Amino acid sequence: MGVGIKVNKLNAWFGKTQALYDITMEAPANHATAIIGPSGCGKSTFVRCLNRMHETVPDARATGRVQIGELDVYNGASAVQIRRRIGMVFQKANPFPTMSIYDNVAAGLKLNGFHDRARLDEIVERSLKLSALWDEVKDSLRKKSGASLSGGQQQRLCIARALAVQPEVLLMDEPCSALDPISTGKIEELIFQLKEKFTIVIVTHNMQQASRVAEFTGFFLLGKLIELDKTEKIFTTPSDKRTEDYITGRFG
Amino acid sequence: MPDNEMAHSDFVPAPISLWRRGMNSFATFAAAAAVILVLVPLGAVFGYLIYKGIGSINWAFLTQTPKPVGEPGGGMANAIAGSAFILLIASSMGVPIGIGAGIYLAEYGRNRLGNIIRFTADVLNGVPSIVVGIVAYAIVVLSQGHFSALAGGVALAIMMIPTIARTTEEMLLLVPNIVREAAYGLGVSRWRTTLSITLRTATSGVITGVMLAFARVAGETAPLLFTAFGNQYWNWKINQPTAALSLQIFTYAISPFDEWHRQAWAGALILIVLIVLAVSAVRFVASRGMMEGAN
Amino acid sequence: MRTRFQQGLDDLRSRLLRMGGLAEQAVDRACQAYIDRDLTRCHMVLEGEFQINVAEREIDEAAFDLLALQQPIAVDLRFILAVTKINSDLERVGDQAVNIAERAMDLVELPKADLPVDIPRMAAAVSAMVRRSLESFIEGKAELAQAVLEMDNVVDRMKDEAFITLVKTMNDRPDVTRQALDALLVARNLERVADHATNIAEDVIFWVRGADVRHNVTSEPSLHQESTDAQ
Repeated sequence: MGVGIKVNKLNAWFGKTQALYDITMEAPANHATAIIGPSGCGKSTFVRCLNRMHETVPDARATGRVQIGELDVYNGASAVQIRRRIGMVFQKANPFPTMSIYDNVAAGLKLNGFHDRARLDEIVERSLKLSALWDEVKDSLRKKSGASLSGGQQQRLCIARALAVQPEVLLMDEPCSALDPISTGKIEELIFQLKEKFTIVIVTHNMQQASRVAEFTGFFLLGKLIELDKTEKIFTTPSDKRTEDYITGRFG
Repeated sequence: MPDNEMAHSDFVPAPISLWRRGMNSFATFAAAAAVILVLVPLGAVFGYLIYKGIGSINWAFLTQTPKPVGEPGGGMANAIAGSAFILLIASSMGVPIGIGAGIYLAEYGRNRLGNIIRFTADVLNGVPSIVVGIVAYAIVVLSQGHFSALAGGVALAIMMIPTIARTTEEMLLLVPNIVREAAYGLGVSRWRTTLSITLRTATSGVITGVMLAFARVAGETAPLLFTAFGNQYWNWKINQPTAALSLQIFTYAISPFDEWHRQAWAGALILIVLIVLAVSAVRFVASRGMMEGAN
Repeated sequence: MRTRFQQGLDDLRSRLLRMGGLAEQAVDRACQAYIDRDLTRCHMVLEGEFQINVAEREIDEAAFDLLALQQPIAVDLRFILAVTKINSDLERVGDQAVNIAERAMDLVELPKADLPVDIPRMAAAVSAMVRRSLESFIEGKAELAQAVLEMDNVVDRMKDEAFITLVKTMNDRPDVTRQALDALLVARNLERVADHATNIAEDVIFWVRGADVRHNVTSEPSLHQESTDAQ
């Protein structure tokens, strides 16, 4: 089961440039929350602050409070430990090129010291089934490398890899932006099913996607969260004029 | 034809002019000529070596130590073994240090210190091999009081390190950052990511760098003059002077004896062949570990 | 911005306004024909109906294309939905105008009767409602539309009074039964036009405010607040 995400006064900087201003919001458990906004509005930065990936950029820092279930992201464990509890899928599918499909899915576990063969087999199978890739690759798990799959398959592989460590929450940063409509459709279908077990935050620049998969949608502009509400409200009667201007294409 | 129709001939491209075709042929010819120009000396060297040396290669040559001056026969077996021994010592120092330096420069060295190290490496690369030999002499031989394989190894290692470090750095930088991010996202620590993911992805490039450095130092003579010094007999002790193929070739070549000249040619041929074999063997072993579709 | 889309929206707007003009004119003509016992005007109304029907089809088609091709959301989606509904109401207004014209044609055959009912006053009120509802659409102002909703009560009362008066007249003076009946039907047609004008006003409010105020149950407005907090 997933857990909810609570963010309180999150601020983030790249060196001296501030990228996020006092973000306060909640993403409810077992739902998908979409983050939309024009380029450069901070939506990717925001999501990367949730699992402290933001810090991997030199000179980047963040302040504030992020609570994922029981976990206090900034004041508890180290960044590395936090990231083991949160799954992330990136814009461009990034399977480890020199590893087989099996090793890719198991990477999160093996690299963190877990080596029980039987359990690994089980987990790899379960994760690939969860990400709807099992049937397509079950006969070439160890023979094919992760990079030999098609774009859509690679992204599903990355989803399986993220799910293998059984995170509380799954963060997706524009997961379908490099994919064709069929692959996109498969992954959206997947997100729908994954909601039963996980809490999902998905950044997307495609508003139709947000309206298809997410129950809640947040609109970011210039580093601020302008509005967060149920998706149907945002897309039929948004409260803020800036939100309306953006979604109707009057700017951005 | 009505005004609103466009003439069909508007879209037919003009035929390629004679000048263009001539230029095209000339450029192709020039490129081919350049390739030949490069291959010819290589082929000439190989060809001449084979011509001069193949006659002298026999089982005795490959298994016996040198005979005293004047006596026919004998071989370079100890020099072949000695070269391998010295190169092993050099690699065991040069490869880890070189790769380690390369990792530092790529992953942690995008700063002032890194630039200093890079500059130092480039300078070291340009130091003449005889000077490296003298330095190794001063550091190892003088403090130990005798020539040794270790000193030879140290000299060669010093020459290997800059090449390995720079190539390793280049190869690691070629690994796309999204691969590292994938590992960070899974909660893998930075050092672990560097070793298990980034380095592993860049493996084939790193091996190329190591092989380049290896091939270069395998044939070096000057650094070994005052360090390994050479030996007429078998030696497996790290602290004793050791024979090396390049040294032996040098010694024989500048001697006044025809017999030794003959053996020098043979030795040179063996040296080239062994280097090519060594590099190929490593490539073969490395490619066995690759999977279908991996890069 | 999406110029093709904006052009599509502007085109839809002007088409609807033109249709509104036709419908408004039809009602005014029909009422005038009834009051003046003018056959020529009646025929004009009957002939004009064809144009209104054609306009209705064209507007629906244009709206459908915009929906399919431009994926509008929020205010643009509400606008297009409102246009399709107003479109339908305007076509019905045209039908009612034809009905009134037919009553007028019937009345011309009959001798003039002095009936205790003020059709001109009712016609004026209804005409004002139609005009004002179309104005609220042109201006995009919900307050103008709100005013139309209030006028509907007045017209309803007028219709109820007319009914009572005319039924009594029919009982008291059987010789003018047919004229009274015609007047009664015209009163009802006018009341229907008023209802359609009310619908148009409700659709305008839906478009502008996102609030569904139909059937006297209001849902959820609150648009265009400058809030920076998330809910």
